[in-house]
Amino acid sequence: MATDTLDARRLLCPMPVIRAQNRIKTLAKGDILEVICTDPGAKNDVPAWCRINGHEIVSIETQNDEIIIKIAVGGE
Amino acid sequence: MNKQPKAVALISGGLDSMLAVKVLQEQGVHVEGINFYTGFCVEGHTHAIRKTDQKKEKRNNALWVAEQLGIKLHIIDVIEEYKEVLTNPQHGYGANLNPCLDCKSFMVKKAREWMDENAFDFIFTGEVIGQRPMSQRKDTMPVVAKQCGDERLLRPLCAKLLPATLPEREGWVDREKLYGFNGRSRKPQIALATQFGFDEYAQPAGGCCFLTDQAYSVKLGDLWRQRGSKNYDLDDIMLLKVGRHIRPRDHFKVIIGREEGENNFMNGYRKQFTHMHATSHNGPLALIDGNASRDDLELAAQLVARFTQGRDADTVQIEVNEKGNETPFTLDVTPLHNDDIPREWYL
Repeated sequence: MATDTLDARRLLCPMPVIRAQNRIKTLAKGDILEVICTDPGAKNDVPAWCRINGHEIVSIETQNDEIIIKIAVGGE
Repeated sequence: MNKQPKAVALISGGLDSMLAVKVLQEQGVHVEGINFYTGFCVEGHTHAIRKTDQKKEKRNNALWVAEQLGIKLHIIDVIEEYKEVLTNPQHGYGANLNPCLDCKSFMVKKAREWMDENAFDFIFTGEVIGQRPMSQRKDTMPVVAKQCGDERLLRPLCAKLLPATLPEREGWVDREKLYGFNGRSRKPQIALATQFGFDEYAQPAGGCCFLTDQAYSVKLGDLWRQRGSKNYDLDDIMLLKVGRHIRPRDHFKVIIGREEGENNFMNGYRKQFTHMHATSHNGPLALIDGNASRDDLELAAQLVARFTQGRDADTVQIEVNEKGNETPFTLDVTPLHNDDIPREWYL
């Protein structure tokens, strides 16, 4: 299981979601993707996208102005 | 068809697409959603910029709709491809810089590509005849449908008023269980929403594109005029959404943050622009877009001083950071009086 990081800082929603969606296509089930965002909207949009597409949110942390969302890749 | 039909829905996040999905789900169709991000979508980023809007729920309506309906949603970045649609619309613009007919045609064409790549059977939208003055008219709907080809574009909410499409003729969907909505009234949609038990939905057919907004279109038109071409990139169109845009001279404009959220957002563009802010008083961040001389910067500083807490002071100190020059300099300026700022400077 690999861990990958996506820098989505300064991107406004829905771009962090789009970037996460595209990166996840390159990952395998069980891999972890860490998305670093600055748009507070990502705190809602990334988990919503994960829920409807079968991925799991492992954690959401806020450090200073950055939001770090860890996703466990799911899928069929 | 023995297998379950698979259809891809264009999801805007509004009520109509939500209803269209439900109508087909009720008929046993497997539905997944597709949502295109052009860069001009009001959805998403806009509420993240302004501090005053940050208290509002930051919900992406397309994602929310998909979750309510239990369908997957694929969000597609079409920013680059959309430039050709916006700058060279075959069917022209609407009341502002909205190329609605070309836009809808483009999205249907893209959805068709997605449908083919993912082995789906047909596309559908929440369009209603007469709902929109440009793209949802009985005479323009075939223009959009042509982009899909072989009659695989279904409009479940007004299908009964249109010729039968392939999914209807093949029996993948039952035409009798589709609808014949027509016109601008929202009553039939609201009644159907009630019937489906939808007690919450986004603004019915709400404006979801900045290009339909007059103030935004004026700023975009100004940008194109000054550049001498219709070029733009994502940063350009993002910055048109924030701040006061004031053009004192043809060759430069000043973008002044209106509140903390906008200042924070604009702060991310510091390195790309000459920028200035007051050091003697509280005030906004301002970006200078264009090639400003020292005299121009002095004028810009006077303008910016007008929007600081020192607007009535004799002198305001403005720190100027020129693009590409790491050493800032300070200008002591007298704020412009409101009467000294011609209305036509405001975009």
